[in-house]
Amino acid sequence: MSTNEISITVKLFAFFRENRFKQQEQTFPATITVREIIQRLGIDPEEVGVTMINSRHCTLDQTPVQGDQLAIFPVIGGG
Amino acid sequence: MAEKIYRVNMTNLTTSTEPVPDKWLGLGGRGLTSTIVADEVEPTCHPLGGKNKLVVAPGLLSGTVAANSGRLSIGAKSPLTGTIKEANSGGTAAQMLAKLGCKALIIEGLPEGDAWYTLLISKDGVTIQEEQELVGKGNFDVVATIGKRTDEKHGIITIGPAGEMKLSAANISIKDPDSHLRSSGRGGLGAVMGSKRVKCIIIEPTDAKVEIVDQEKFTEANRAFTKALVDNPISQALGTYGTNVLVNIINEAGALPTRNFTNGQFDGHEEISGETMHDIIVEREGKPKHNCHKGCVIQCSQIYNDKEKKYKTSGFEYESIWAMGADCCVDNLDHIAEADHLMDDIGVDSIETSVAMGVAMEGGLLEFGDGEGICRILREDVAKGTPLGRIIGCGAASVGRAFGVTRVPVVKNQAIPAYDPRAVKGMGITYATSTQGADHTMGYTIATNILGVGGSIDPLSQDGQVELSRNLQIATAAIDSTGMCLFIAFAALDDEKCLPALVDMINARFGADLTADDVTNLGISILKTERAFNEAAGFTNKDDRLPEFFYEEPIAPHNVVWDIPDEELDKFWDF
Ligand code: SF4
Repeated sequence: MSTNEISITVKLFAFFRENRFKQQEQTFPATITVREIIQRLGIDPEEVGVTMINSRHCTLDQTPVQGDQLAIFPVIGGG
Repeated sequence: MAEKIYRVNMTNLTTSTEPVPDKWLGLGGRGLTSTIVADEVEPTCHPLGGKNKLVVAPGLLSGTVAANSGRLSIGAKSPLTGTIKEANSGGTAAQMLAKLGCKALIIEGLPEGDAWYTLLISKDGVTIQEEQELVGKGNFDVVATIGKRTDEKHGIITIGPAGEMKLSAANISIKDPDSHLRSSGRGGLGAVMGSKRVKCIIIEPTDAKVEIVDQEKFTEANRAFTKALVDNPISQALGTYGTNVLVNIINEAGALPTRNFTNGQFDGHEEISGETMHDIIVEREGKPKHNCHKGCVIQCSQIYNDKEKKYKTSGFEYESIWAMGADCCVDNLDHIAEADHLMDDIGVDSIETSVAMGVAMEGGLLEFGDGEGICRILREDVAKGTPLGRIIGCGAASVGRAFGVTRVPVVKNQAIPAYDPRAVKGMGITYATSTQGADHTMGYTIATNILGVGGSIDPLSQDGQVELSRNLQIATAAIDSTGMCLFIAFAALDDEKCLPALVDMINARFGADLTADDVTNLGISILKTERAFNEAAGFTNKDDRLPEFFYEEPIAPHNVVWDIPDEELDKFWDF
């Protein structure tokens, strides 16, 4: 891994897991945004409801850093 | 059929039907139960004494074909909280009562002697019958026995052994379309029904229809409303994973109360999650999708089978799974399902009782994680009414007192459900200020704090939480009066066509001319009525507080405490 790459843990939930994974370490360019990660995963950003970095809500334009945990949820609800 | 008030006096065992007084005409569901309780029940009365009344009311749109409109409200003064109470549930009863023209059923007084009674509701009114066969039976047996006595089509509202014992976590069960159970869970209303020695209420089926003033307008509005619900992506996820889809997201947000509220994340979250539950249901040929009443288009309920592919439980909700799961550290869904089934059968609230188990575990009764031990205690103690079982069946605060535990997550004696208020501040406001003790459904700020529905407000910040909770509590009080399931709120918050369609349906049904503002005002007046009852019962702003430990013990992973100042909480009622 070069210095302009980061490795982060990506977690997927609900139907985003279908034909993908629950949790994976992945390497990305250091400048990548959450939106670009979502697109690389073949997920339509329109379907994304909530994203969190290290258990805090984040925007799709945020850039994760080395070692972050990124959680991606579809639009879901309950109660 | 003209709507009537059905009244049952259990002191002298008489019944009557009365015309609906003008002041109650525009009300239904929670608006009606709370207004009747406030009008007719002495706020300082003993909840299990002769002065309390149990009021059952379908919503304003129940009995019509309006999507998701078959919810039932049951109200009284609560033996758990001492406040006014409304518990809301599905099942077939609301639609059947509405079709019979029963606007509300009021059960008052207490009979002398040891006899038990069944109430039979038909188009001619109510009759009281002495009951022997059903006494002592669990809820599932009650439903099966009545099924044989009458037919499968009758509606049933019943209490289990917990209600007969007047335990303060006793719930009231409502038969669903598959002869399974839905529960009016919170606040111990089963004990109020038990105090009146009514074991069950049987509702006769009818071909009668609810009157609709403007059928064409109604049909059109219902079409738009249904579309808004069906198109909503949250509705779709609810149909697939049920409400239990929340385990993973609340865990990720660090707000999943774990090990009696000492951590915000649970190592076993994946094992009890909605995703895992969905896979198990499919593998065992259960149903991931199921409705608690005919006409629900969201279908968040499900049928969960055991390893032998036989029915184990349904309406397997996130809050129950969280409580038995993360809060008691049980990471085995089959143990949780067994406990859920037992609690339904005994007739105790699955939130209150499970949180009570978590407190008991801290008190040393069982090891955390001992799912089999929980089931054993439910079967051998709570169901049979041993002294230990009665302590647990009276809820988390009761266990805290009996075991000397100070970390007792309750507000006004009612257990705090599945969202830690330190990590989701809006929920803390709702728990503290709700007119009914800690209850997530009173103002579900998770929508905006976590799920990004109706905007987004940082769950850890102090800003905007009071207003958020207030707006949601007002809207909820109004929705709870329509007979609508609260899950329509997700569509209502984000789809601008949804709420107007709902108002149009109410107008078409009654020939009224309400605006969205009138609906908000209805919510406001319900909250104020409930608050006034509580104040007259002796509650003050000092009761609108969270337990001490939330102020003092930081919770991981965010290491936050409850930090909303008391003065801020008191501003909730500035409206
Ligand atoms: S969404 Fe769930 S709770 Fe609401 S009416 Fe449908 S099955 Fe019942």
